[in-house]
Amino acid sequence: MKLTVNGKPVDVDADPSTPLLWVLRDHLGLTGTKYGCGMALCGACTVHLAGDAVRSCVTPLSRAEGKRVTTIEGLSPNLSHPLQRAWIEVDVPQCGYCQSGQIMAAAVLLAAKPNPTDKDIDDGMAGNICRCGTYPRIRHAIHLAAKARGGAR
Amino acid sequence: MSAITTLPRRQFLQSSAAATAGLLIGFRFPLDASAAAQAAGDFKPNAFLRIAPSGRVTVIVGKSEMGQGVYTGLAMIASEELDADWSRVSVESAPVAPEYNHTAFGIQMTGGSTSTWSDYDQLRKAGAAARAMLIAAAAAQWKVEPSSCTTDKGFVIHAATKRRASYGSLTASAAKLTPPAEVTLKDPKTFRIIGKAVKRLDTPEKTNGSAVFGIDVKLPGLLTAVIARAPVFGAKVRSFNADKARAIAGVKGVHQVDVGVAVVATGFWPAKLGRDALQIEWDEGPMAGFSTERLRQQYQQLARTPGLVARNDGDANGALPSAARKLEAEYEVPYLAHAMMEPLNCVVDLSADRCEIWTGTQFQTVDRATAAAIAGLKPEQVQLHTTLLGGGFGRRANPACDFVSEAVQVAKAAQAPVKVIWTREDDIRGGYYRPFWYDRIAAGLDSFNNLAAWKHTIVGQSILAGTPFEQFLVKDGIDGTSVEGAMELPYAIPNIRVELHSPKIGVPVLWWRSVGHSHTAFVVESFFDEVAHAAGKDPVELRRALLAKHPRNLAVLNLAAEKAGWGKPLPAGRARGISVHESFGSWLAQVAEVSVSKQNEVHVHRVVCAIDCGQVVNPDTVKAQMESGIIFGLSAVFYGEITLENGRVQQRNFHDYRMLRMHEAPHIEVHIVPSTEKHGGVGEPGVAPIAAALGNAIFAATGKRIRRLPIRPEDLK
Repeated sequence: MKLTVNGKPVDVDADPSTPLLWVLRDHLGLTGTKYGCGMALCGACTVHLAGDAVRSCVTPLSRAEGKRVTTIEGLSPNLSHPLQRAWIEVDVPQCGYCQSGQIMAAAVLLAAKPNPTDKDIDDGMAGNICRCGTYPRIRHAIHLAAKARGGAR
Repeated sequence: MSAITTLPRRQFLQSSAAATAGLLIGFRFPLDASAAAQAAGDFKPNAFLRIAPSGRVTVIVGKSEMGQGVYTGLAMIASEELDADWSRVSVESAPVAPEYNHTAFGIQMTGGSTSTWSDYDQLRKAGAAARAMLIAAAAAQWKVEPSSCTTDKGFVIHAATKRRASYGSLTASAAKLTPPAEVTLKDPKTFRIIGKAVKRLDTPEKTNGSAVFGIDVKLPGLLTAVIARAPVFGAKVRSFNADKARAIAGVKGVHQVDVGVAVVATGFWPAKLGRDALQIEWDEGPMAGFSTERLRQQYQQLARTPGLVARNDGDANGALPSAARKLEAEYEVPYLAHAMMEPLNCVVDLSADRCEIWTGTQFQTVDRATAAAIAGLKPEQVQLHTTLLGGGFGRRANPACDFVSEAVQVAKAAQAPVKVIWTREDDIRGGYYRPFWYDRIAAGLDSFNNLAAWKHTIVGQSILAGTPFEQFLVKDGIDGTSVEGAMELPYAIPNIRVELHSPKIGVPVLWWRSVGHSHTAFVVESFFDEVAHAAGKDPVELRRALLAKHPRNLAVLNLAAEKAGWGKPLPAGRARGISVHESFGSWLAQVAEVSVSKQNEVHVHRVVCAIDCGQVVNPDTVKAQMESGIIFGLSAVFYGEITLENGRVQQRNFHDYRMLRMHEAPHIEVHIVPSTEKHGGVGEPGVAPIAAALGNAIFAATGKRIRRLPIRPEDLK
């Protein structure tokens, strides 16, 4: 099955019903995308499918056929994405396991709302669980990234 | 595990760890065997430091990084005395070796919020020794007195002759020197790294997907296994049919192991499909009829009978009946799963004469000894690589070594390198929970409304019972982790009695972030609030009066009250609650500010936290851990509950074992009390006080008292 992952065309030999998460992790070795629940409840597996944030643990490979998939590894080549910079500035991560999903969800939020309010962040990030409780810092970092992007324009 | 820290234990734990696998202690592990990253020309003055000719400083850390910031904090300590350039410091996870044993516990492990004080002196000395050797190397080169040289950010400097040599340029000559027998440590007043909010070393790799957790480990030919686990604790496989599982593309084998039946496949997905296709008949055993509702009734009865006495000051039994007023209440908290975001997993590569393990564990020495026993090898033949941990909270410090044992068994049966992955359902239903606790508590007030007597009866399973630690750490039947936080009640009350019942129940239990304090702080600080209101006294004022002889409790109480604006008006509908609690060598006070809607929805607007954790290595880590602990605690307050019916756990994933989410996280302010006292813990203490602070705020807002967790809508009506 053919799709484009982080800008590169790939041909995957897997059952079309296989969740995209396990195609990314086990077939393509892209382990930055995490397994947390398998039921689209925690958001650790969030990736971009044709620009939308999807939970890859419940997204069958067939849905990604012929489409563009972006994972955390493809967000920027060198930690230069404003969200990554803000994450580092605020020292958001603790254990770090959920953060790929948090950042990918935040990237789609920022694309839709370049200057998100706290309410926008509540709504946009409600699907992502952080067991370490980094929510206040995620909120801070999203605001910071929004400001930085605004400044760059 | 803070109760443990009060007991003499070094040799006890050492021998008990060995006893787990029936092996002798005192083994040495050659460091070089695992120091693959070590290149020629590196300067390796001791087990904790390595300096490359490039100037890159690597601190080798024997504690596990599970989010608490220990890699950064411990590296800061060594780097301070080394005078390293912080921008050129990295961390490497240590192999299992005695050099990395916990300095108080005598085994390699991470837990009990103890890492900083465990390793502080040893890492300072390691850094200072390396610095002395680098100075000696430079001084010899320049033919000057070492005492005339100074260091700064990775350079040795001789000011008089204006010469500078980078640490990297000195590695070859320093490596030829003998480490000094004694070193001089810096005056803390001159610290440049310790005490500063420096950035975490692991943030970049945790923002681009490159951080390697156990679940991410890759090996040539690595297979993945998912295990069909017992539906009831203690159940055994009677028989199974794997025909449908074996028919799934990618399934390589099906193997019975102690805990169930493992399906081994080319990846997680076929392994899980195979696991789900197994048909298994179980011998369910004595736990088949177990229910938490009946357990609750049993505990309630037990709480009304005398238990073992953990503390007895004065005569509470005599004073209570004669008190002018008597208050009584019963509190309860449920079983709780740790639910780390990274489900348990373990990679094992086993051959005839060696075993290599990659996992995120908090319990290296015990895991390695247990793996060796199962593999039929000596511990020296087992190499355990500690990866990053996607959360720990105590679950990965299991004396039973469950996730390591089963993985070695699967690898042995599969005769291939295998990664065992737990599904979220396996995790939620897999036991090793925070125990269910039931508390009965009574207070007597004299005719002047003074608190004259306090009696607290605790019912719940011992975490240590049945483990190799029991014989050393359970004293006269009292497991210190069951009564910690209740036994040390700091309030000046003439008659105090604390009793304990430790029923043996077949639900596996374990330490859960803040351990005993996770329930005692809730019970004690909520009930104290009940007493204050009954006596017509302000909760802060009454605490102040009865904590007069406890300056550290008082200081955090006053700081939190001041910063929260205690006593000052709030917007309509809002109210505050406070709690004060010491745990893991740190003193905390938290003030929660809440409102409760007409639909009985509780909104936590703000939490103010004051902490005295002694000396601080990284203030931003302290803040982060307080934020983390408060939100972790709030998840338990609002949602956390594991129940069993017919022996089966009723919850299975994040929809019915819920976590706090972004929109529910309050604004959190952390205030640190400056201190030169011994380091306290920060990983766990933030969790303990929040439930009571919140319950007390809800009482202030509604007049409804929260006496059981999680909060139920009916308790607010």
